[in-house]
Amino acid sequence: MVDKAKLARQFIEAIPHARALGLELTHIGEGDAEISMPYNKDLVGDPRRGVIHGGAVSAMLDTCSGAAVMSHPQAPGGTATIDLRIDYMRAATPGQTIRTRATCYHITRNVAFVRATAYDDDEERPVATASGAFTVEGG
Amino acid sequence: MMQRSRPEPVQVVKQRRDAALKALVEGVPYIRFLGITFDRRGDELTGVLNFDEKLIGNPFLPAIHGGVTAAFLEVTAIITLSWQHMFSGIESGEIDPEDFLKPEFPGFPKTIDFTVDYLRSGLPRDAYARATVSRAGRRYASVRVEAWQDNHERLFAQGSGHFLMPQPRKTERSE
Repeated sequence: MVDKAKLARQFIEAIPHARALGLELTHIGEGDAEISMPYNKDLVGDPRRGVIHGGAVSAMLDTCSGAAVMSHPQAPGGTATIDLRIDYMRAATPGQTIRTRATCYHITRNVAFVRATAYDDDEERPVATASGAFTVEGG
Repeated sequence: MMQRSRPEPVQVVKQRRDAALKALVEGVPYIRFLGITFDRRGDELTGVLNFDEKLIGNPFLPAIHGGVTAAFLEVTAIITLSWQHMFSGIESGEIDPEDFLKPEFPGFPKTIDFTVDYLRSGLPRDAYARATVSRAGRRYASVRVEAWQDNHERLFAQGSGHFLMPQPRKTERSE
């Protein structure tokens, strides 16, 4: 049997944009994934306060959601985003690492449904949440 | 009959608008990181995502990263909304682009939520986006945005979002 965790990790590491953002896959399970991104001044959206741009958080949530889909036992292979909705709760605290957790909570032959959350050091108050639908490829 | 003032020379108008747009866009490190620029025709803006290898999300196709597409749409939406919000102030001289980084400046719209529909995979080449402000209230705004590459008729992504408008700083009430 193919080691999906290893495959997903290699896939993330092979993504040029994930490398540009400095993303690291910190956990991969059976339908869930965790990714972290160290603070980087190049990704700031509010230069007066040094807050990371929401777009960079979106990119993390999208990558993390895709990894969660690929790691699902019923997912035969790749995936692509159909739609993704992001809700921004608050600004991420400048200087802190941002972490995202995604869970593929339902999967059919054609569609995978995912929820994801982004945090900084304060886990009680999420920075952003996402929910999306993804394609199920390679079946 | 009212005397109409003479229109300003074209260079003056262009210089003022381009300087304001430049200050709006170039002050944001993340916009530079993604290589997004804006074309301006009057008050109309088109976002340009200048292709670079680091924007790739799927190296096997290859295709632009879905997160980059989302960010491109969101950046285009915020810049277009900010631009429309400030345009009359920039024209009247009430808003000085030099003030954008000052602590007393009210700031820019903040994203409340943003939804992206991925219609086609983003090809490894430049992409364009244009946003429409459906409603700009005093507190909230709704914006739609669409993105294409070679053919404007064939969108590769569309998005819509809600934004919290910057609130004017509370000042001492003078009565």
